[in-house]
Amino acid sequence: MSQKKNKTKLFLKTLPKNIFSGFVVSLIALPLGLGLAMASEAPPIAGIIAAVVGGIVVSILGGSNITIAGPGNGLVGVLLIAITTLGLNSAYAAIICSGALLLLLGFLRMGKLADFFPSSAIQGMLAAIGLIILGKQFHIMLANKIFRDNSVDYLLEIPNSITAVFSFDDKGLTYAAIAGILSLSIMVFYPKIRNKYLQLIPAPMWIVILSVGFSYYCELILKQPNPISSNYMISDIPSVNEIITQIPKPDFGEITSLSFMGSVFALTLIASIESLLSIKAVDKLDPEKRRSNVNKDIKALGLATIGSGFLGGLNVVTVIARSSVNVNNGGTNRASNFFHATFLVVFILLFSTQLTRIPLPALMAILVFTGYKLASPDTIAKIFSIGKEQLIIFFVTLFITLKVGLITGIASGVFVTFIIHIVVNKSFFFFLRNILKPNVLMFKEESGLGVYYVSVKHFCSFLNYSRLKRKLDAIPEHKDAIIDFSMCEFVDHTVMENLNNYQELFTKRDGHFEVIGLDMHDTDSQHPFALRRLLPVPNIFKSNLTKRQTNLEELAKNYKLAYTSTKRKDTHFLDHFMFFKTKKIHHIYNQLSNYSKDIILFDIEFSEGEFISKEVIRATMLHIALDKNIPEFTLDREGFLEKVYAFAGYKDIPLENYSDFSKRFFLLGEDQDSIKSFFGNDLIQFFESNPYYHVDSNGNNILVFSKERLASNKEAKTLLNFGKRLREVIYKSKH
Amino acid sequence: MSLNPFKTIGIGVTFSPNLKANISEAARLALFFDAKLVLIHVGEKSKDKENTFKTFLKPFIGKQLNYDVVFKVGNPVGVILSAVNKNMIDLVILGALQRETFFKYYIGSIARKITREAKCSVLLLIKPSIKRVPCQHIVVNGLEDPKTKQTISTAFYVAKKLNANKITIVEEISQQEVAVNVDDDRSLRRSTLVKERLKLREDTRVKKIINDIPSGVKENILINTQSIFGKRGYSIGHYAQVVRADLLVMNAPTKITFWDRLFPHDIEHILTELPTDVLIVR
Repeated sequence: MSQKKNKTKLFLKTLPKNIFSGFVVSLIALPLGLGLAMASEAPPIAGIIAAVVGGIVVSILGGSNITIAGPGNGLVGVLLIAITTLGLNSAYAAIICSGALLLLLGFLRMGKLADFFPSSAIQGMLAAIGLIILGKQFHIMLANKIFRDNSVDYLLEIPNSITAVFSFDDKGLTYAAIAGILSLSIMVFYPKIRNKYLQLIPAPMWIVILSVGFSYYCELILKQPNPISSNYMISDIPSVNEIITQIPKPDFGEITSLSFMGSVFALTLIASIESLLSIKAVDKLDPEKRRSNVNKDIKALGLATIGSGFLGGLNVVTVIARSSVNVNNGGTNRASNFFHATFLVVFILLFSTQLTRIPLPALMAILVFTGYKLASPDTIAKIFSIGKEQLIIFFVTLFITLKVGLITGIASGVFVTFIIHIVVNKSFFFFLRNILKPNVLMFKEESGLGVYYVSVKHFCSFLNYSRLKRKLDAIPEHKDAIIDFSMCEFVDHTVMENLNNYQELFTKRDGHFEVIGLDMHDTDSQHPFALRRLLPVPNIFKSNLTKRQTNLEELAKNYKLAYTSTKRKDTHFLDHFMFFKTKKIHHIYNQLSNYSKDIILFDIEFSEGEFISKEVIRATMLHIALDKNIPEFTLDREGFLEKVYAFAGYKDIPLENYSDFSKRFFLLGEDQDSIKSFFGNDLIQFFESNPYYHVDSNGNNILVFSKERLASNKEAKTLLNFGKRLREVIYKSKH
Repeated sequence: MSLNPFKTIGIGVTFSPNLKANISEAARLALFFDAKLVLIHVGEKSKDKENTFKTFLKPFIGKQLNYDVVFKVGNPVGVILSAVNKNMIDLVILGALQRETFFKYYIGSIARKITREAKCSVLLLIKPSIKRVPCQHIVVNGLEDPKTKQTISTAFYVAKKLNANKITIVEEISQQEVAVNVDDDRSLRRSTLVKERLKLREDTRVKKIINDIPSGVKENILINTQSIFGKRGYSIGHYAQVVRADLLVMNAPTKITFWDRLFPHDIEHILTELPTDVLIVR
């Protein structure tokens, strides 16, 4: 019973943190919900309803820990078609049916549906959805509402809309376009600015705050009406009373029609794919390394979708951007999802009239950015680097999705992939003969360390990947796994990509995941997908060093350190620092190390968040290996934000007799007593008399850095110096 | 357990490029097992043919090989099966292709037809060789089945006679028995526990069988057990391939209908793609 008690205690302890992160998430969910609903031609409040119902139902019944549920980007394309062809009330019926279907999939344990699609085809479909969103909303962002039949036509009209901005007769339209362009630039440039206070409020909320503020500024100070044309303001947001009294009546009359069934099918498909991809991505960010119960989550999402549909809301899916914001703000369990919904209700209760002061172009700028991110050139470049044939799959899916529709698009993507596989292997029977065979063998080796050995025969592609996945899922991530492909003649890109994901997951959780037996495939030209993903081609042609790099090289010489500029991907030694628990490290480079490698100064590139809230950060850090054990702690300067954090449950450890230190520094850690005894007089004096650095200890290593940007030459020297002296002080202290 | 299960060994011979290798393997085995060798040829009797067989058998005749040649015209499967009955053959050796073509699989090659219908044990050779390739590692199934005891003891007997130094007994446990679906951390822990328990249960069962085998037979043989969670029949073949076993010893199937071939299970999987030489004990 004490375990249960402990759980409750832990829940209560982390509750403030989760309320806080739920609040931050609601800030991004509000504008996104409104925007996504409007982009789907549904009433703006429908998006909020989906988020509220999703947040409440999924947080109570769901099987994942740190995900956020709400209206999704991927569904905009499908909902748009459903609403325009079926009408709003029938579309609600379709949403309800797709929820029921999703629920059924959950009960049938078919949550793995998305595993059966080749990843390049999924990428192509998502890019197409991105273009559909971008194409349609771009015109509204520039205050030029147009109606076309085909999503391709919308895209072709973009240049016309841009020129049209300069020829508006109506001043109101010009102002509306300016609002749109300003908002878009906020979305683009926001991640580039690293300021704690600015970053506390997500970019979409800044857009909302600034535009509502501007509207009030005009009204109260300039005493004149808002210059933005009233046609381009958000139409009425109903108050809570109205929402309750005006629940739409879903119209099930067309349930047997082909377009209705098509919509239901498409909604279910996209909802499950989007949710699954998001859950997978968010699980990798979980600092507590938990595994989500996908089927339970799918069931909860289905139920939430049914509820949302009856209340006049959109489909509920797991969303990646909001979930990653949740992780970065300290969400640790499903309570944050619940509170994100609660805060949305509060916003609607209090501010439903203020929300009508948001100009439509500003809101659509958020969606244009979202659409761009889905179809960004980076994706295409990444796919091209994997192989030309992947690009074919990608573009076939993309164009057919745009031209015909989602279902046809993804189906053609699957078809093309299969054809390419047949061509590559020059055999159709090879696939036909082996597709039904249970080609995956997994056993735990009984001699030695109990390594899990997985052997795959014949071929492994998107067609039978689920069999491999089921075996891989049965391996605890902190164990050692060896995947042997030496008896497998063909491995496709989808599998390689997923294996790469497993590899990351295992490394993060202190396990080992090794793929072997692909060496033979590499020399075989018939095997273009293999291995290239796993072993990046070594950089043979070294580019010229930049000025900063030559400076670092010189610095290395002066300090008798070894310098190497190449990128290093094995960054597992950083995974155990508090700071990196919720961040994804890309690589380290420009590394300076001493002979015994216990002091390493390096530049690092890592990212925080996913999708539209993704921020790539480069910084210079110092890693020192100690030969004694010290308590785990995090030390940073104390600021206003830390006071806010402290309020949200991050406890600053007070050091008696050193009130000045406690006032200036923010000290965090689990084991309070040993930290208190560790911070003796010498150490405290050292910290007090030196510039502020962020210091992170993971037990026997420390990580030191000052700013979340690259250090200059001089700063690098001071950092190095600080680290060396810190180590001496730690060695001298009697702890 | 009868001390010598294989008193008469039969082999079907045709004039194929593998003839010499097949005859050499069979003769060698007959010597190892102290058994009489019966060459069964489907076709007319002729002096030429007899001479060819004799030349191939020459090196073994010197070592006191007791042999006989049977000629009979007719349907190969029928001829071999009837010869097996008439000559009281306990083990029939057949050369086989490692993998059947798609078409042949459903119609059935000669070797596989005999395997399915023979009343005696069958040894399928996929890579017969003229020179002896030592047999070092034998993999044997440890299914929960009344026949398993016989199979395992035969495997030990063969290992002893062929000087194999390692036997691995594979317990295949089907996923249904685990009965826990892995969804999240908790179910993963539970399924790992269940698997551990099943493994212990299987291990004790197999240990009992091993204990009943006379210790003289077990001498100098390293005995391993390995439990595998996977499709019955298929995973043991896959395993034998992975560990590069030289011989796989299996229980004979109970009864096979055409439906079993359409939806293959147990031994049919192994017959579709022979992982290594396979001995089916009856």
